[in-house]
Amino acid sequence: MSFKSLRLQGFLHLKHSHQQQKRQFVVASALTLGSLIFGRNAKLADAIDNGDLHNKNEDYELKRKETMENRIKSLQNSRPVAPRYEGHVPLYKAEKLLLTIISGLKSYYHPEDGNNIVQLGEATAFPFFLENLKKTMLSDATGRKILRERPDITSETLHMEDLAKMAENTLGYTYYKWLKKEGVSPDTRAPVTYIDDPTHAFIFKRYRQCHDFYHAINNLPIIIEGEISVKALEASNLGVPMAALGTILAPLRLRPAQRNRLYENYLPWAIKTGLTCKPLINVYWEKILDKDINELRNELGITPPPDLREVRNERLKHNRELKMKYESFE
Amino acid sequence: MVGSKAYNVVRIAKFGPIRAIRSLSQTARVFSSSSSNIGSSEPQFTHFGSQTVPKDEKEKLVGNVFSSVASKYDIMNDVMSLGIHRCWKDRFINKLDAGKRPNSTEPLHFIDVAGGSGDIAFGLLDHAEEKFHDTTSTMDIVDINADMLKEGEKRALNQKKYFNDSRVRFLVQNGETLDQIKSNSKDIYTVSFGIRNFTNIQAGLDTAYRVLKPGGIFYCLEFSKIENPVIDVVYQQWSKVLPVMGSFIANDHDSYQYLVESIERFPDQETFKSMIEKSGFQCAGYESLTFGTCAIHWGVKV
Repeated sequence: MSFKSLRLQGFLHLKHSHQQQKRQFVVASALTLGSLIFGRNAKLADAIDNGDLHNKNEDYELKRKETMENRIKSLQNSRPVAPRYEGHVPLYKAEKLLLTIISGLKSYYHPEDGNNIVQLGEATAFPFFLENLKKTMLSDATGRKILRERPDITSETLHMEDLAKMAENTLGYTYYKWLKKEGVSPDTRAPVTYIDDPTHAFIFKRYRQCHDFYHAINNLPIIIEGEISVKALEASNLGVPMAALGTILAPLRLRPAQRNRLYENYLPWAIKTGLTCKPLINVYWEKILDKDINELRNELGITPPPDLREVRNERLKHNRELKMKYESFE
Repeated sequence: MVGSKAYNVVRIAKFGPIRAIRSLSQTARVFSSSSSNIGSSEPQFTHFGSQTVPKDEKEKLVGNVFSSVASKYDIMNDVMSLGIHRCWKDRFINKLDAGKRPNSTEPLHFIDVAGGSGDIAFGLLDHAEEKFHDTTSTMDIVDINADMLKEGEKRALNQKKYFNDSRVRFLVQNGETLDQIKSNSKDIYTVSFGIRNFTNIQAGLDTAYRVLKPGGIFYCLEFSKIENPVIDVVYQQWSKVLPVMGSFIANDHDSYQYLVESIERFPDQETFKSMIEKSGFQCAGYESLTFGTCAIHWGVKV
C-alpha cells in the first residue's frame, strides 16, 4: 500500500529467502555428511544410474586396473627415498625418532632380546659418527682393504671346522673356544635395515659382526656385565653412540654387587683400553686367524681383564660358604 | 562343470536329434576351448604383491612370507587390524552357525583351507559344541605352509583341546588341488584370509566345488574393497604406515609390504561373487564388514 509497507514487505521477503538459503545449505551439508555414513542404498542407486553397477562397459575394467595400479604405486612410494641396498628400509626423521624412543625403552627393560639392541643401535647410528668411523678406516691400510673387499663374517666364510683344529695359542682357536663356551655362533648377527648410506651400512654391519671378536680376545662372557664391558670398550674405541648410552644407563638396572664390580674394575679397564688401543674396526680378523693371540694383544695394546665368570663364581662360593657356616648355628 | 554339461546333452537328446547335435557341438566347443587353454599362451607371469613373478615362483615366495611370519602371526593380525579381526572371525563363525543338529545322524565334515594357525577351525568346532552339543563333526585343517600348520598344532597342544584328536586332521595341501581330499566329501569349506594368496583363485574355487558335497557351503572371509570414501582415505594412510610398523615390531618389512599389496590386488565384492558363481556355486552372496574392509562371501553347491 504505502511505500513504507512495501519496503517492509521487501525486507521481510529478503529475510525469508536468507533463512531459506541457510536452511538449504544446512540440509544439503547434513545430507552429504550423512550419506557418507548411511547412504549406501543411495550410492548404489547412483551407480546403477551411471551404469557403474551392472552391465559394465569394456572401459570399466581398464579404469579399475588403472585405479588399482595407482593405489599400489602410492603404497610403494611411502618411503622418503628408494631402498639403496638389499633389506634397506628408509625412514623419515619422525619415524627414526619414534624408533629410537621405542627401542630405547625396550632395550632398557629387555636387553636380552637382541632385536631391541639392534634397532636402537641403528636408530642412534648418527651420520657424523659413521662418517668418523669411515675416516678412521680410510686412514689405515687394513681399514681401506676391508672397505674395498667388503668381507662378511659367517660360519662358512670362517670355516668353523678348521678353527677347531688350530693351535691353542692362535686367535682362531681362542675365538672358536669362546664361541663354544658361550654357546653362540657368528650367524646370529642381524642385517642392517635403517641406515641410509650403503657404505655406512657396511661399516655398521662390520662393527656388529666383529663384536664377538672383541668378546673373545678379552675373554668376556655374554652375560650382562660382560656385554656392558664390551660396549664400554666399543664406545671409547669406536665412539658408537648406542654403546655409550648402554654403558651409562645399563648398569643402573643391575644388582649392587654387579654394579660395583663394573664401576671398580671392568668399566675403568674398558675405557682405558679403548682409549689407548688401536682402532679395532681396522683389524682384518679373518686374515689373522692363525696369529698368536698374545702377539695380537700386544700389537693392539690390549690386556684382558680378570675372568668375569671366575670372579662371579668366587663370590658365589664365598657366599655359599658363609651361608653354610652360619646355618650350622641355627 | 564338465559333468553338468554332459547331463544337459543327455537331457536334450530326448527332444530330437537336431537339438542333440547342436548341444553336442556346444559341448565339443567347450572341450576344445578348455583343452586349447592348457596348451596355449596362458600368461606365464602373475603378481606377487607389486612384483611380477613367474607363476611357479609365486607359491614359493608366498610360502616364504608365511614361514617368516608364522610364529608372530597372531601379533601381526592384531597389529594390522587393531584387534578387529577377532570381531570379524566371530561374526564369520556365528553367521555360518554350523553344527550337527541333535536330530541328525551323520556328523558334519568341515574343511578349513589355508587355516594353518587354526583359529577359525577351532572356533567352528567350539561353536558347534557350545550351541548344538556337537562333538562328532570332523575337521580337516589344510595349509600349504608347514610352519603355519605347526603353529596350529602347537596352539591345539597349548589349549589341550583338538590335539591328537581323531576328529581333527592337520594336512599340508595346496588349496588349488587338495590332492588328498576326496570329491564330494565335505559339508562346509571355509577359507579365512587365505584365498588372496592363491596363485590361481579360480582354480581354488573350482577345487572347493569339487570337494564339497551337493548341498555343501563354500564360506570365505577375505579383505575386500572399502565402500566408504572417508574410511578409504584413512585406510590408505594406514596401509602406508603398516610395513614400517611391521619392521619395528616384527623386524619384517617385506612381508607386511606384500600383505598390503596383495590386499589391494584382490578383486572387489561383486567380482569375487561372480568368480564364485563361475565355479558353479548357486545362491552366491556377500556381506561387507567394517565399511568393506573385509567381506564374507558364500555359495552353495547344488
